[in-house]
Amino acid sequence: MSELQLKDLYDGFRNPDVIKALAKAITDEAKNLKKPLNIMEVCGGHTHTIMKYGLKQLLPQNIDFIHGPGCPVCIMPKERIDHAIALAQMEDTILLTLGDMIRVPGSKSSLAVERANGCDIRALYSPLDAIQIALDNPDKKVVFFAIGFETTTPMTAALLEQVEKQGIANLYFHINHVLVPPAVDAIMADGQAKINAFIGPAHVSVISGAKIYQPLPEKYGAPVVVSGFEPIDVLQSILMIVRQKNEERCEMEIQYSRSVTLEGNIKAQVMIAKFMEPREHFRWRGIGDMPDSALVLREQYTAYDAEKIFADILPTEPIDDHKLCICGTILKGLAKPNDCQVFGTACTPNTPMGSCMVSSEGACNAYYRYGEI
Amino acid sequence: MTSPKQIQLSHGGGGEETNSLIHDLFYHYFSNDTLLAAEDAAVLEVKSKIAFTTDSFTVSPIFFNGGNIGKLAIAGTVNDLAMMGAKPFYLSASFIIEEGFAFDDLETIVKAMAEELKHSEAKIVCGDTKVVPKGAVDQIFINTSGIGEIEKEGISANHLQEGDVIIVSGDVGRHGAAILMEREGLGISGDLKSDCATLWPAVQALIDANISISAMRDATRGGLSAVLNEWAEQSSVCLEIEESSIPVNEAVQGICELFGFEAFDFANEGTCIVAVPEKDAQMALAALHKVEVTKEATIIGQVSLKKEGRVILHSAYGSSRYLDLPKGELLPRIC
Repeated sequence: MSELQLKDLYDGFRNPDVIKALAKAITDEAKNLKKPLNIMEVCGGHTHTIMKYGLKQLLPQNIDFIHGPGCPVCIMPKERIDHAIALAQMEDTILLTLGDMIRVPGSKSSLAVERANGCDIRALYSPLDAIQIALDNPDKKVVFFAIGFETTTPMTAALLEQVEKQGIANLYFHINHVLVPPAVDAIMADGQAKINAFIGPAHVSVISGAKIYQPLPEKYGAPVVVSGFEPIDVLQSILMIVRQKNEERCEMEIQYSRSVTLEGNIKAQVMIAKFMEPREHFRWRGIGDMPDSALVLREQYTAYDAEKIFADILPTEPIDDHKLCICGTILKGLAKPNDCQVFGTACTPNTPMGSCMVSSEGACNAYYRYGEI
Repeated sequence: MTSPKQIQLSHGGGGEETNSLIHDLFYHYFSNDTLLAAEDAAVLEVKSKIAFTTDSFTVSPIFFNGGNIGKLAIAGTVNDLAMMGAKPFYLSASFIIEEGFAFDDLETIVKAMAEELKHSEAKIVCGDTKVVPKGAVDQIFINTSGIGEIEKEGISANHLQEGDVIIVSGDVGRHGAAILMEREGLGISGDLKSDCATLWPAVQALIDANISISAMRDATRGGLSAVLNEWAEQSSVCLEIEESSIPVNEAVQGICELFGFEAFDFANEGTCIVAVPEKDAQMALAALHKVEVTKEATIIGQVSLKKEGRVILHSAYGSSRYLDLPKGELLPRIC
């Protein structure tokens, strides 16, 4: 087998001629739509693609996008970030997490501020790097603040498997893994959102299978297309949705057939199920408490569970967003970032009031960064 | 007595060991009359208006594909002078070294500095060495300051005019991507080299060809995005850039795809952006193409007044977006 080249990651998925042809095909097909199409892209990665490549500019006015709750940083309630800060402030502790989590403000501070204050806080490129850090620092408590949807959960499970196998005793887990389907259900059950189709995140389905979206078309009368993240993927998915509407079909379809199957990655699912189970309740920022919408370590792994071991220092009170911040409404698909009165003024990527602005996958951040010209 | 293999605190103590370090290493590689005069300050001769700059180099890792901290310290300061149309003449070099640093590594760094100086014929005429206890610095920090004689006046971030053509001297983001690969041990194969290089010969070529230069800047930290945004802001103009014209190395683009970065935000250390009046654009390209490090120079856009203070990227398929300043530290995306 020939070696995978870095170029293969993107080559061919941004061909201008193909993009133009797809945009034209959508425009032609959309003329037959009986009513405007409001597509929710559930995942922040898709929001990013739509904004970065200016895809909306290529499409007719009767197709609009509603940005969903699928950014693991955006949906993290402040009290959980306060947990991370409290853990990082413990003596002889190294706190590990992923990407933008470092910058998100909690109720009083952020991990970036605490790092500058002297806490040992590190952003990982891969959760498995935590093993070496734990081995290199046997006299310290190493806490992995695990975040992300179905996409990053297998890496945490793989890390747990290694920790168990290697008998590493100083690595703890604060689990914040959340699940896409309950969030989509909550938004639709609310009844206010004017969503009549979904773009489903393909990377979630690479793990969990496209089957997780199967109930949506029947339940809410909205087609779902499981889509990749390249501009050509997204445009092809939109075309598939428009065609379904015009043909009066309402189905779950897979655009990202190069990696997504109905069943997903069974091995990853088994590994996740070994270590984690649905959490009774998890409070999503802006959406509120949703049962079974997140994961928790199973009882037999309590020895690794930072939430239980360090429970006495972790704050428990829920903390709401600033009253001017409408991140919650945006996450529910009821508002656009520029509907917010503090967007781009009091709330910018340098001074984020809400989490949709701080994360590079957040809708506000994408609107601010790429704007609408 | 055999030479010590590691730098010790005594090498910064001002005594015999310091003396031997200066004479055997620094004077050996940086040798010139002004430096060897060994006075408290260098006495310099300059004939015209001068440019003066300083920069500190703290890169980690200190050795990377395409260069090391020493090469960077020379290229960085020389390029800052060159970007103002100044021929680099005199440099200072100050070393802050961590106790225990390998002498061989120091020699490699100093040697690379001497090599890089040859590209501009600038000289190191003064310097300083401090050795600090283990842990006080990360191996070695180098500060270089430089003086150059202005050969072309009027180059400024405030001088961009409507119609000016924007040229990039080579592919963007290679230094930042190379450092990231080394620093994070990302385990990606491929010969990704930093673009670290002296740009004075390219600037000299532009000056010799009598090109009018509105603005010129090496796209270091913050990359292409930062330079273009600073120019748009400072000159109150709009920079309209054709995204498909911006050269990006395949490996750099691949890393960006993997981790969710933008190649335009990555640092360069041997790539500059030049704004010239439209009438001079082709001549400027021809001049740059004659110099090795800028032989791939290409036009990427033009100055307009469409949206003052902003940079607009036009895609090859008809959409547009703003290219914003990079924000905060570069962190990989989560999923």
